[in-house]
Amino acid sequence: MRLFITYLIGLVFGIGIAISGMANPAKVLNFFDVAGDWDPSLAFVMGGALIVTMIGYRFVLKRPGPMFSGAFQLPTRRDLDLPLIAGSAFFGVGWGIAGFCPGGALPALGTGRSEVLIFVAAMVAGTLGAKWAQGALKRRAQSTAEV
Amino acid sequence: MFETVFTPFQSLGGGALIGIAAVLLMATLGRVMGATGILAGFFQPADRSDWLWRAAILAGMVSGPVFILFVTGEMPTVQVPVSTAMLVIGGLIVGVGATFGSGCTSGHGVCGIARLSPRSIVATATFMIATAITVFVIRHVIGG
Repeated sequence: MRLFITYLIGLVFGIGIAISGMANPAKVLNFFDVAGDWDPSLAFVMGGALIVTMIGYRFVLKRPGPMFSGAFQLPTRRDLDLPLIAGSAFFGVGWGIAGFCPGGALPALGTGRSEVLIFVAAMVAGTLGAKWAQGALKRRAQSTAEV
Repeated sequence: MFETVFTPFQSLGGGALIGIAAVLLMATLGRVMGATGILAGFFQPADRSDWLWRAAILAGMVSGPVFILFVTGEMPTVQVPVSTAMLVIGGLIVGVGATFGSGCTSGHGVCGIARLSPRSIVATATFMIATAITVFVIRHVIGG
Protein backbone atom coordinates (compact mmCIF):
# COMPACT_ATOMS: atom_id res chain seq x y z
CA MET A 1 0.00 0.00 0.00
CA ARG A 2 2.77 2.43 0.96
CA LEU A 3 4.69 1.48 -2.13
CA PHE A 4 1.61 2.00 -4.28
CA ILE A 5 1.10 5.49 -2.82
CA THR A 6 4.79 6.22 -3.40
CA TYR A 7 4.33 5.06 -7.00
CA LEU A 8 1.35 7.42 -7.38
CA ILE A 9 3.40 10.34 -6.01
CA GLY A 10 6.05 9.58 -8.63
CA LEU A 11 3.30 9.44 -11.26
CA VAL A 12 1.96 12.88 -10.25
CA PHE A 13 5.52 14.25 -10.47
CA GLY A 14 6.05 12.61 -13.87
CA ILE A 15 2.76 13.95 -15.26
CA GLY A 16 3.60 17.40 -13.91
CA ILE A 17 7.04 17.36 -15.53
CA ALA A 18 5.61 16.14 -18.84
CA ILE A 19 2.76 18.70 -18.94
CA SER A 20 4.99 21.57 -17.86
CA GLY A 21 7.51 21.12 -20.67
CA MET A 22 10.47 20.34 -18.39
CA ALA A 23 10.90 16.99 -20.15
CA ASN A 24 11.46 18.82 -23.44
CA PRO A 25 15.08 20.05 -23.79
CA ALA A 26 14.16 22.43 -26.63
CA LYS A 27 11.77 24.25 -24.30
CA VAL A 28 14.24 24.29 -21.41
CA LEU A 29 17.09 25.62 -23.57
CA ASN A 30 14.83 28.27 -25.11
CA PHE A 31 14.01 29.52 -21.61
CA PHE A 32 17.69 30.24 -21.04
CA ASP A 33 18.12 31.69 -24.53
CA VAL A 34 16.96 35.21 -23.72
CA ALA A 35 19.03 36.53 -26.63
CA GLY A 36 17.34 34.10 -29.08
CA ASP A 37 13.94 32.36 -29.24
CA TRP A 38 13.01 33.09 -25.64
CA ASP A 39 10.29 30.86 -24.17
CA PRO A 40 9.45 32.04 -20.62
CA SER A 41 7.44 28.88 -19.75
CA LEU A 42 10.02 27.47 -17.33
CA ALA A 43 9.50 30.44 -15.00
CA PHE A 44 5.84 29.40 -14.70
CA VAL A 45 6.85 25.80 -13.89
CA MET A 46 9.16 26.95 -11.12
CA GLY A 47 6.58 29.47 -9.91
CA GLY A 48 3.73 26.94 -9.78
CA ALA A 49 5.86 24.30 -8.08
CA LEU A 50 7.26 26.77 -5.53
CA ILE A 51 3.92 28.30 -4.52
CA VAL A 52 2.35 24.88 -3.93
CA THR A 53 5.39 23.47 -2.13
CA MET A 54 5.84 26.53 0.11
CA ILE A 55 2.22 26.47 1.24
CA GLY A 56 2.06 22.65 1.48
CA TYR A 57 5.31 22.32 3.45
CA ARG A 58 4.04 24.90 5.98
CA PHE A 59 1.17 22.61 6.89
CA VAL A 60 3.01 19.29 6.58
CA LEU A 61 6.08 20.28 8.58
CA LYS A 62 3.89 21.45 11.49
CA ARG A 63 2.81 17.86 12.00
CA PRO A 64 4.78 15.67 14.43
CA GLY A 65 6.10 13.50 11.61
CA PRO A 66 5.38 11.87 8.25
CA MET A 67 2.60 9.27 7.98
CA PHE A 68 4.68 6.25 7.01
CA SER A 69 8.01 7.03 8.59
CA GLY A 70 9.52 8.14 11.91
CA ALA A 71 10.73 11.64 11.19
CA PHE A 72 11.09 14.24 8.47
CA GLN A 73 14.49 13.85 6.83
CA LEU A 74 15.43 17.41 6.02
CA PRO A 75 18.87 18.71 5.12
CA THR A 76 20.18 20.60 8.16
CA ARG A 77 23.30 22.28 6.79
CA ARG A 78 23.13 26.02 6.32
CA ASP A 79 26.76 26.81 5.47
CA LEU A 80 27.83 27.78 1.96
CA ASP A 81 30.90 25.82 0.89
CA LEU A 82 32.93 25.34 -2.27
CA PRO A 83 31.45 21.95 -3.33
CA LEU A 84 27.93 23.45 -3.18
CA ILE A 85 28.76 26.43 -5.37
CA ALA A 86 31.27 24.79 -7.73
CA GLY A 87 29.06 21.68 -8.04
CA SER A 88 25.99 23.80 -8.81
CA ALA A 89 27.89 25.86 -11.39
CA PHE A 90 29.11 22.63 -12.98
CA PHE A 91 25.57 21.24 -12.97
CA GLY A 92 24.37 24.39 -14.74
CA VAL A 93 26.97 23.96 -17.49
CA GLY A 94 25.79 20.38 -18.08
CA TRP A 95 22.15 21.45 -18.08
CA GLY A 96 22.97 24.14 -20.64
CA ILE A 97 24.83 21.66 -22.87
CA ALA A 98 22.23 18.87 -22.88
CA GLY A 99 18.97 20.63 -21.96
CA PHE A 100 17.94 17.86 -19.57
CA CYS A 101 18.05 18.12 -15.77
CA PRO A 102 17.59 15.00 -13.61
CA GLY A 103 13.98 15.79 -12.68
CA GLY A 104 13.12 16.38 -16.32
CA ALA A 105 15.01 13.43 -17.76
CA LEU A 106 13.75 10.66 -15.44
CA PRO A 107 10.06 11.06 -16.39
CA ALA A 108 11.12 11.63 -20.02
CA LEU A 109 12.51 8.06 -20.00
CA GLY A 110 8.86 6.98 -20.25
CA THR A 111 8.64 8.34 -23.80
CA GLY A 112 11.06 5.59 -24.83
CA ARG A 113 13.28 8.03 -26.73
CA SER A 114 16.87 6.83 -27.12
CA GLU A 115 18.27 10.35 -26.55
CA VAL A 116 16.83 10.37 -23.03
CA LEU A 117 18.33 6.96 -22.28
CA ILE A 118 21.76 8.12 -23.48
CA PHE A 119 21.57 11.23 -21.28
CA VAL A 120 20.37 9.31 -18.21
CA ALA A 121 23.06 6.62 -18.61
CA ALA A 122 25.75 9.32 -18.75
CA MET A 123 24.17 11.13 -15.79
CA VAL A 124 24.13 7.95 -13.69
CA ALA A 125 27.79 7.32 -14.58
CA GLY A 126 28.62 10.89 -13.52
CA THR A 127 26.66 10.55 -10.29
CA LEU A 128 28.24 7.23 -9.27
CA GLY A 129 31.70 8.48 -10.24
CA ALA A 130 31.21 11.60 -8.12
CA LYS A 131 29.91 9.52 -5.18
CA TRP A 132 33.01 7.35 -5.41
CA ALA A 133 35.26 10.43 -5.53
CA GLN A 134 33.46 11.95 -2.54
CA GLY A 135 34.02 8.72 -0.58
CA ALA A 136 37.68 8.59 -1.55
CA LEU A 137 38.20 12.23 -0.53
CA LYS A 138 36.48 11.57 2.80
CA ARG A 139 38.60 8.48 3.51
CA ARG A 140 41.75 10.39 2.68
CA ALA A 141 40.75 13.26 4.99
CA GLN A 142 40.06 10.76 7.78
CA SER A 143 43.33 8.86 7.38
CA THR A 144 45.24 12.15 7.33
CA ALA A 145 43.45 13.20 10.51
CA GLU A 146 44.37 9.91 12.22
CA VAL A 147 48.06 10.38 11.44
CA MET B 1 17.23 24.51 -32.98
CA PHE B 2 13.50 24.30 -32.39
CA GLU B 3 11.08 27.13 -31.83
CA THR B 4 8.82 26.34 -28.89
CA VAL B 5 5.44 27.84 -28.01
CA PHE B 6 5.02 29.75 -24.75
CA THR B 7 2.67 27.66 -22.60
CA PRO B 8 1.97 29.65 -19.41
CA PHE B 9 -1.09 27.70 -18.26
CA GLN B 10 0.23 24.20 -18.97
CA SER B 11 3.55 25.08 -17.37
CA LEU B 12 1.90 26.60 -14.31
CA GLY B 13 -0.40 23.56 -13.97
CA GLY B 14 2.45 21.11 -14.49
CA GLY B 15 4.50 23.04 -11.94
CA ALA B 16 1.64 22.84 -9.45
CA LEU B 17 1.53 19.03 -9.91
CA ILE B 18 5.29 18.89 -9.25
CA GLY B 19 4.64 20.86 -6.06
CA ILE B 20 1.78 18.55 -5.02
CA ALA B 21 4.06 15.52 -5.47
CA ALA B 22 6.78 17.19 -3.38
CA VAL B 23 4.33 17.98 -0.56
CA LEU B 24 2.83 14.47 -0.61
CA LEU B 25 6.27 12.83 -0.45
CA MET B 26 7.12 14.94 2.60
CA ALA B 27 3.74 14.16 4.21
CA THR B 28 4.04 10.40 3.70
CA LEU B 29 7.72 9.40 3.75
CA GLY B 30 9.22 12.63 5.13
CA ARG B 31 11.55 12.91 2.17
CA VAL B 32 12.66 15.71 -0.11
CA MET B 33 11.57 15.34 -3.76
CA GLY B 34 15.04 15.65 -5.24
CA ALA B 35 15.58 13.70 -8.44
CA THR B 36 19.36 13.51 -7.98
CA GLY B 37 19.18 12.18 -4.42
CA ILE B 38 16.42 9.69 -5.20
CA LEU B 39 18.37 8.32 -8.18
CA ALA B 40 21.73 8.15 -6.36
CA GLY B 41 20.13 6.22 -3.48
CA PHE B 42 18.46 3.84 -5.94
CA PHE B 43 21.93 2.64 -6.99
CA GLN B 44 23.40 2.80 -3.48
CA PRO B 45 20.48 2.19 -1.09
CA ALA B 46 20.87 2.09 2.70
CA ASP B 47 18.79 -1.11 2.90
CA ARG B 48 16.05 -3.03 1.10
CA SER B 49 13.13 -0.78 2.11
CA ASP B 50 15.18 2.28 1.14
CA TRP B 51 15.63 0.78 -2.32
CA LEU B 52 11.95 -0.17 -2.61
CA TRP B 53 10.49 3.32 -2.14
CA ARG B 54 13.02 4.77 -4.57
CA ALA B 55 12.17 2.09 -7.16
CA ALA B 56 8.44 2.79 -6.67
CA ILE B 57 8.72 6.56 -7.11
CA LEU B 58 11.04 6.22 -10.14
CA ALA B 59 8.58 3.77 -11.72
CA GLY B 60 5.84 6.35 -11.13
CA MET B 61 7.88 9.12 -12.76
CA VAL B 62 8.59 7.02 -15.85
CA SER B 63 4.87 6.19 -16.08
CA GLY B 64 3.99 9.90 -16.36
CA PRO B 65 4.40 10.20 -20.15
CA VAL B 66 2.64 6.84 -20.66
CA PHE B 67 -0.32 8.13 -18.63
CA ILE B 68 -0.46 11.22 -20.84
CA LEU B 69 -0.35 8.97 -23.92
CA PHE B 70 -3.40 7.08 -22.62
CA VAL B 71 -5.37 10.23 -21.81
CA THR B 72 -4.53 12.41 -24.80
CA GLY B 73 -3.47 9.81 -27.38
CA GLU B 74 -0.09 11.50 -27.77
CA MET B 75 3.26 11.24 -26.06
CA PRO B 76 4.47 14.51 -24.53
CA THR B 77 6.76 16.44 -26.87
CA VAL B 78 10.48 15.77 -26.51
CA GLN B 79 12.62 17.78 -28.96
CA VAL B 80 16.35 17.24 -28.59
CA PRO B 81 18.22 20.06 -30.34
CA VAL B 82 21.69 18.76 -29.37
CA SER B 83 24.05 16.04 -30.64
CA THR B 84 24.61 12.65 -29.00
CA ALA B 85 28.08 13.78 -27.90
CA MET B 86 26.51 16.77 -26.12
CA LEU B 87 23.97 14.48 -24.41
CA VAL B 88 26.79 12.29 -23.09
CA ILE B 89 29.04 15.17 -21.99
CA GLY B 90 26.08 17.09 -20.55
CA GLY B 91 24.83 13.99 -18.72
CA LEU B 92 28.21 13.30 -17.13
CA ILE B 93 28.59 16.94 -16.03
CA VAL B 94 25.01 17.07 -14.68
CA GLY B 95 25.63 13.89 -12.64
CA VAL B 96 28.94 15.10 -11.18
CA GLY B 97 27.74 18.67 -10.57
CA ALA B 98 24.44 17.75 -8.93
CA THR B 99 26.21 15.24 -6.66
CA PHE B 100 28.89 17.67 -5.43
CA GLY B 101 26.31 20.47 -5.33
CA SER B 102 23.97 18.28 -3.22
CA GLY B 103 21.01 18.71 -5.54
CA CYS B 104 19.42 19.89 -8.76
CA THR B 105 16.40 21.80 -10.00
CA SER B 106 13.88 19.72 -8.04
CA GLY B 107 15.83 19.31 -4.79
CA HIS B 108 17.33 22.80 -4.48
CA GLY B 109 15.12 24.76 -6.88
CA VAL B 110 11.76 23.58 -5.54
CA CYS B 111 12.04 21.79 -2.19
CA GLY B 112 15.01 23.75 -0.82
CA ILE B 113 13.80 27.21 -1.81
CA ALA B 114 10.33 26.34 -0.45
CA ARG B 115 12.02 25.91 2.97
CA LEU B 116 14.04 29.11 2.34
CA SER B 117 17.27 27.15 2.76
CA PRO B 118 20.20 29.53 2.14
CA ARG B 119 22.23 26.71 0.54
CA SER B 120 19.42 25.97 -1.93
CA ILE B 121 18.85 29.63 -2.80
CA VAL B 122 22.57 30.10 -3.55
CA ALA B 123 22.79 26.78 -5.43
CA THR B 124 19.74 27.58 -7.59
CA ALA B 125 20.96 31.10 -8.42
CA THR B 126 24.38 29.64 -9.28
CA PHE B 127 23.15 26.94 -11.64
CA MET B 128 20.55 29.17 -13.34
CA ILE B 129 23.27 31.72 -14.15
CA ALA B 130 25.72 28.98 -15.25
CA THR B 131 23.06 27.42 -17.50
CA ALA B 132 22.17 30.76 -19.08
CA ILE B 133 25.85 31.57 -19.76
CA THR B 134 26.40 28.09 -21.23
CA VAL B 135 23.40 28.38 -23.55
CA PHE B 136 24.50 31.88 -24.61
CA VAL B 137 28.05 30.72 -25.38
CA ILE B 138 26.91 27.61 -27.30
CA ARG B 139 24.22 29.39 -29.33
CA HIS B 140 25.58 32.89 -29.87
CA VAL B 141 29.37 32.75 -29.41
CA ILE B 142 30.38 29.32 -30.78
CA GLY B 143 27.31 28.75 -32.96
CA GLY B 144 25.14 31.60 -34.13
